[in-house]
Amino acid sequence: MFDILYQPWPWYVAGPIIGLTVPVLLLLGGKMFGVSANLRHACAACNFGNVEFFNYDWKKAGKWNITFLVGSVLGGFLGGFVFANPEPIALAQSTIADLQAMGIQDFNGLVPDDLFTWGALGTVPGLIVLILGGFLVGFGARYAGGCTSGHAISGLSDLQLASLIAVIGFFIGGLLMTWFIYPIILS
Amino acid sequence: MKFSEYLKYLLIGTAFGFVLMKSEVVSWFRIQEMFRFDAFHMYGIIGLAVVVGIISVQIIKRNNMKDAQGNPISIPPKDASQVKRYLIGGSMFGLGWALLGACPGPMFALLGSGLTIMVIPILAALAGTYTYGILRDKIPH
Repeated sequence: MFDILYQPWPWYVAGPIIGLTVPVLLLLGGKMFGVSANLRHACAACNFGNVEFFNYDWKKAGKWNITFLVGSVLGGFLGGFVFANPEPIALAQSTIADLQAMGIQDFNGLVPDDLFTWGALGTVPGLIVLILGGFLVGFGARYAGGCTSGHAISGLSDLQLASLIAVIGFFIGGLLMTWFIYPIILS
Repeated sequence: MKFSEYLKYLLIGTAFGFVLMKSEVVSWFRIQEMFRFDAFHMYGIIGLAVVVGIISVQIIKRNNMKDAQGNPISIPPKDASQVKRYLIGGSMFGLGWALLGACPGPMFALLGSGLTIMVIPILAALAGTYTYGILRDKIPH
């Protein structure tokens, strides 16, 4: 009976649940779903340089969202630690072959040990992935006014043209990175 | 905010983080697979999430529904005339999303799963957000 908590969930189960986050937050609190705003709230909480963009009442604006984010960490603990799936991800064979050709060796967890360990931080690819990757996510999300949740889920749910443009941007960047830049980083 | 309010958002966030893990959306491998067009998995998840989102937002709007506190639900429109901002900012986000294999939600869910190295990209993302705040007036929007 508890198998379902350990097993991976198919897309047609997970997709609707993620989509329901939008009306649940709207109906229960009038809030618009978006995770990356929390990064701005955190900057506003310790705005040591007195940057104008971070001069606002972050507690008033962001308490609910920061609480949501703490919940996401807890959900990650439950779903990825307590009820962790012991099996490797059922990835497409072509993806495995491509990644092996690029030098990725570990396919056991949710992320490859080749890049996501403290030891990898001492390698050039690990450094680029963890630091430049994180930096671009943070910079790009605020520049675009939202991330995957704010634009691809919330914004598209509200049929916002701006969000559609942003999602097209997500894919322009993602495809460039995957097909042209990543092979250079890992070589 | 009252304690029950905190508990409410904590529980919704917990459910969200749990689904992110179970659907493997948090996986660097799944993001690689998506951008290589090797599997339908990620497209199915995002696509169905958007379909459910569109239907629910339409129901909420057409019925002028109110939230649990009795306030009218208003969704602020985004200014689509700022094409540069969405296209350039979006592309930069996409470069980071594919590189790190995680967007903001998954970064924190992965940290919760015990992957302590995620502290580094989270700090880098904060640095990126802060840098945007400094440069905001100097870059095209």
